[in-house]
Amino acid sequence: MTLLGYRLPALSSLIIWALLWEVVGRLGLTFFIPPFSEVVATLVGLIPTRAFLNALWVTAYAFLAGVFFAIVIGIPIGILMGKNRIIDELLLPWVNIFLSAPLTALVPVLMVLFGFGTKTVIITTTLFAIWIIILNARAGVRQINRSLVEMARSFGASPLDAFVKIYFWAALPEILGGVRIGVIRAVKGVIIGQLLISIVGFGALFELYSSQFLMAEFWAVLIVLFGLAFALSEFLAYLERKVSYYAASR
Amino acid sequence: MQPIKPETRQAVTDSAVSVRNVSKVYGDVQALKDLTLEFPRGELTSLLGPSGCGKTTLLKIIAGLLPATSGEIEVNGQKVTGPGPDRSFVFQDFALLPWASVLRNVAFGLELRGVAKSEREAIAEKYIREVGLAGFEKKFPHQLSGGMRQRVGLARALSVNAQVLLLDEPFSAVDEQTRRKFQEDLLQLVKNEKKTFIFVTHSIEEAVYVSDQIAILLPRPSRVSEIIRPSSFRDKSVDNIRRDPEYLDIVDRIWASLRSYVE
Repeated sequence: MTLLGYRLPALSSLIIWALLWEVVGRLGLTFFIPPFSEVVATLVGLIPTRAFLNALWVTAYAFLAGVFFAIVIGIPIGILMGKNRIIDELLLPWVNIFLSAPLTALVPVLMVLFGFGTKTVIITTTLFAIWIIILNARAGVRQINRSLVEMARSFGASPLDAFVKIYFWAALPEILGGVRIGVIRAVKGVIIGQLLISIVGFGALFELYSSQFLMAEFWAVLIVLFGLAFALSEFLAYLERKVSYYAASR
Repeated sequence: MQPIKPETRQAVTDSAVSVRNVSKVYGDVQALKDLTLEFPRGELTSLLGPSGCGKTTLLKIIAGLLPATSGEIEVNGQKVTGPGPDRSFVFQDFALLPWASVLRNVAFGLELRGVAKSEREAIAEKYIREVGLAGFEKKFPHQLSGGMRQRVGLARALSVNAQVLLLDEPFSAVDEQTRRKFQEDLLQLVKNEKKTFIFVTHSIEEAVYVSDQIAILLPRPSRVSEIIRPSSFRDKSVDNIRRDPEYLDIVDRIWASLRSYVE
């Protein structure tokens, strides 16, 4: 977009929304919305505090561990499902059920099984992310050009070679698409897990701020989380674009 | 290499590949029935026939990519039980790795056979030059034309140094002019490489132009109806083949026998 001959940078429309927020906040309509400037000031003050850094660390740890398990378990399962009919028919109904299931309802059960701590949060995160990663890896493998597989066989590829050198790379554009959506779902998973357990990470902070009506702190933490999730998603979209040169010509 | 006289060519009995009584059944469709065929060493044999005659099926059985329902295939006296290093395949749709450079694609057959990187890249570079793609080593398949992609496929098949090259309609996805150039290059290749070529095509002119021996397959179920060995024009220069009376006669004769199978 250009304004008065200047090219505006991307996302500059957010300035308008920030101004609107500021105005609404200053009007004092509700305690729920403090002025934006106050939220930003709180944010700057909040970030170096121990409570915040600790929550960030605990969350990042659970998130990364959850995503790690979702990827290293999900991609091979998806590829196997795409390659093998029996495995596919055995697992596909469950993958589809869990993909659409309200997983939040499972978290209390997980809490009973795995305790009120990081372990439960990691498992929740994995459960949120893994299904779409499996489905996309499966779809990626199923669209592989048959003659690539025949080519590898005709040159004597072992099954492991075919898996690592053909199936994985041929399915990579779909796999990365699945990982991107999976990671976004994992952000929800980690926060929902923490909120329900409410004594770890940001869950504990949200619990503290909302019970004491500390709205500026509440919004500040929320903005940080939204920003991180958005940055992560954009980074993965960037990786996806790096492989798109061959996605169209497989 | 000295031109071989037609008479001595006729006398060649040493087969690189023997197909004996091969049948192939898909469900209740009989694709190949009791098919027997010899492929003389060092020559190019075309499998020619109307679509659906099972020529690609036969080629894939020879490659070991498909199992025969009955009968057997021998390559250099060894029974075929699967793909092997004595054969390499050139695919109709090129089958290149879109995420890999020309160099890696050409070296890929050697990579799968566990040849060290520096060694396989040296071999690949040699064959990239041989097929006329020098300077394109770092390019990716999507940056090449269809004809150039097939040259990559050909270089890959050559670089594993298999005795038998199996070509599945390799020029059908490239334009007419590129195709003619390919046919000329293929004649040169057969002469220089001393390998056995098995070439599937649906083009009569192409088969007659490049072949030492043409096996005509008729469909439903597939069997060999005729084997033709052109004798007079093979040693002429590439420019004169299409004007040779025998060339024209054979093209006409094949068309006469295939005509009734074309809908």
